[in-house]
Amino acid sequence: MTLAVILKQVPDVVEELAIDPSGTDLDRDSVSYVVNEFDEHALEEALLLREATGEDVVVVGVDTTGELDQALYTALAKGAQRAVKLVGDVEGSWLSTRALAGLLAPVIRELSPRLVLTGVQAPDDLDGQLAPTLGALLDWPHTGVVVGTELADGLVRVRKELWGGIMLDLELATPAVLGIQAARATPRYVPVGRVRQAMRESTIEEVEVETPVESAPKLSRLRAPEAAGRAEMLTGSPSDVVERILEILRARGLY
Amino acid sequence: MDSSLRKVQDVWEQDTAIVEGVDISGPWNRMFGQRVIWNYTPELIDEIASFPGAESFAWCYQCGKCVPVCPVDVVGDYGPRKLYRKAQTGISLLDSPDLWLCTTCMNCLRVCPKQVDMVQIMPAVREQALLSGRPLPAELQEALENTARYGNPLGQPPRKREAWVKDAGVPVPILHQIQRPVEWLWWVECYPSYHPRGIDASIALARIFHALGLDFGILGREEKCAGDSQRLAGERGLFEMLAEENIRTLSKYEFRHIVVTDPHALNAFRKQYPKYGGQYDVWHYTTLLARELPRLHPLLTRQLPYRLTFHDPCYLGRHNGEYDAPRQLIEALPGVEFTEMPRCRQNSYCCGGGGGGMWLDSFAAGRQRRRLSEERVLEAVATGADTLVICCPYEVSRFEDAVKSTGYEGRLRVRDIAELLAEAMGLIGEEPAKA
Ligand code: SF4
Ligand code: SF4
Repeated sequence: MTLAVILKQVPDVVEELAIDPSGTDLDRDSVSYVVNEFDEHALEEALLLREATGEDVVVVGVDTTGELDQALYTALAKGAQRAVKLVGDVEGSWLSTRALAGLLAPVIRELSPRLVLTGVQAPDDLDGQLAPTLGALLDWPHTGVVVGTELADGLVRVRKELWGGIMLDLELATPAVLGIQAARATPRYVPVGRVRQAMRESTIEEVEVETPVESAPKLSRLRAPEAAGRAEMLTGSPSDVVERILEILRARGLY
Repeated sequence: MDSSLRKVQDVWEQDTAIVEGVDISGPWNRMFGQRVIWNYTPELIDEIASFPGAESFAWCYQCGKCVPVCPVDVVGDYGPRKLYRKAQTGISLLDSPDLWLCTTCMNCLRVCPKQVDMVQIMPAVREQALLSGRPLPAELQEALENTARYGNPLGQPPRKREAWVKDAGVPVPILHQIQRPVEWLWWVECYPSYHPRGIDASIALARIFHALGLDFGILGREEKCAGDSQRLAGERGLFEMLAEENIRTLSKYEFRHIVVTDPHALNAFRKQYPKYGGQYDVWHYTTLLARELPRLHPLLTRQLPYRLTFHDPCYLGRHNGEYDAPRQLIEALPGVEFTEMPRCRQNSYCCGGGGGGMWLDSFAAGRQRRRLSEERVLEAVATGADTLVICCPYEVSRFEDAVKSTGYEGRLRVRDIAELLAEAMGLIGEEPAKA
C-alpha cells in the first residue's frame, strides 16, 4: 500500500517579492521557490508512518514552476519510493486550489493510496482548501489541522488541534485525505550528497495534464504591502530604547 | 609491613643479562608476566577507523598528551584520548553528543605523537552520522539548510549579500557590474556581508583597501559561502556543491589573487578547492596588509590609547601557519600597549566557533561549564587589556556575547584588526562605522 504526499512549491519570501509590470503576476525571474512548509511536515509524517508500517511513500506535484524536480528529488533522498510529476501547459501559471485538486484527483485515484497527506494550508491557499476539495472530489473522508497519525486496520487514527490547544482524536476510514499542520518530528535533514545521488539514480514519473477550464475568480491586480503607518522608529541611547520597548509591552499587557 | 600488600606473582628476572654491553642482571631486568590488557572489544574503534578519513582514530596509544591542550576539555570532559577510551568501553561516537563538540581546532594534533587527526576524523564520522539519517542538533540543521538554500548559514537573502557596500563610504567595485579585471578579488564571506559587526569590519577594510589604492573587487550577490565549516560539520556534499558553484563563478572573472576576510575561507581555498579544480593565490587580509606596512605606516596617524590583547584564530594560526602578520599590524598601531594572553600562537585557545561550532552554541553550552568563548574572554580580561583584537569574522559575535555573559560589558571591547587600523588612519571613529 502507498501513502501519497502532495508537494507544492511557493515563492520564497526571504527575498523581497517583486510584482511583474503586468500587475497580475509576480516577477517570476526574480522569484525563487521553496516547498510549502506544511507540505514538508506532510512528507515527514508520511515518512514516520512508513517507518512504522512499511508503506511506500509516493510524492506527487504539479509542476507550475518548472523547478519541481528539486523538491521531488529531495523527497526521494529523504526516503520516498516514487515521485510523480504532473506536467504540461500548467508551467508558468498559478493554479487555483480547485484547479490543482482537479488535476491531482485522477492521478491520486490511480495510485489507490491508503492515505493522502498534504499541508494544511499554503501561502496561496491560506484557507486550506486543497485537502477538503480533494476529499470531496475523491469522495474520501477528510480532516485538517492534523498533528499526529497512526495507521490501523482499515482506518487511520488522527490527532488534530482545536482552538485553545484542545486536542481531538478521531478515526477515519481509509483511504482518507489529511491536511497536516505539524509532523510528530521536525522535518528531517537530508545531506546534499543524498539529494545528488537521487538525481543521478532515480527517475521522476511524468503525467501529462492540461490546464482545466474553470469558473474561478479572475485576478485583476496584485499589490505590494502598504505601510500601515503604525511603525514607530525608536531612537536614542540603548537604555532609552529599552525603556520605550518596555513601556510599549506594558501598554499592550505583554509584560 | 602493610598487610594489604601482597607479593606479586609472575615476576620474571634473568640472573645474567647483558644488553649492548650493559650488565642488567638480576632485579634490573625484572618483568611482569603476561597480564590481561585486552579487557575491551575493539569493534567500535574499528568501525570509526573504517570511515574514509577517520583511519587515524585507531592509532591512538592512549598517551594522554592531547587532553590538557584540548580547549573543550578545559571547560568539559573531552579530547581524542577520552573519545578513544569511550569507544573501547562501548560508547559509539556516532550516537554520542561528543560527536558535535570538537571544534577541529587542531591543538591535539600539534602534540599527538601518533598523528591522530581529529580534523579529518570528525568530518568523516559526522558525515556517516548524517548519511545514516541520525538526527543532528537543530541549530546545525538550520544552518545547513540555510546554506543549501541561500548560500549563507544565516538564512539571509542572497541578493542582499552586497547591500553593505552602500554604507562603505568608498567605492567597492562589484565584478558583475564593472566587467573588468582586478588585481585582488576580495572574498568577503557570509558574516562580514550580513552580520552587523561583521559589516563594520568590512567597511573598515574597504576603506583601508581604498586608501592604499588597491585594485580590488568583490563578487557581491554571486558569492556563496566557501563552505569549509559546513564540510567540517560533516556536510561534504553541501561543501562540494558550494565549491563547484564558487569555482564556476570565479572562472567568469579575471583577477590575480584572492584576499579573504575569513580564515575558514582561506583554509577552504588553500586546501580543498584545488581538489575540485580551483587553484588560486589566496591571502588572508592580515597577511596582505602586513606586506603593505611600509605604505600603511605613514597613514597610521592617530594615537589609540588602548591596551590590546590578541586572539589567534585556529584557522589562521594552527591551520595555516600565520601568526606574525596580525602581530605586525597590532604593533604598528600608534599609542597602543600590547600584551599576549598566556595561551597564544601555536597553543592559542579556541573561540569555539570552528568545525560547525558556530552553529552548535546552545548544544555545546549545555554540555560545558562555560562556553569556550567565555573562557577566552576571561583570559583576555586577566591580561588587563581593554580591547580583545580579532581577525576572524566568527569571533566578534562570539566574544561580544561572551563579554556580556561574563559580566565584562563596558570593560572589554572586541574589535577587528581592520577596525583598529582604520581608526588609526582616521577612516572610522572609535565607534563602529555603521552603528
Ligand atoms: S596524544 Fe594522540 S596518541 Fe596520545 S592519547 Fe591523544 S590521540 Fe592518543
Ligand atoms: S581538534 Fe581541538 S577540540 Fe577537537 S579534540 Fe582536538 S583539541 Fe579538542
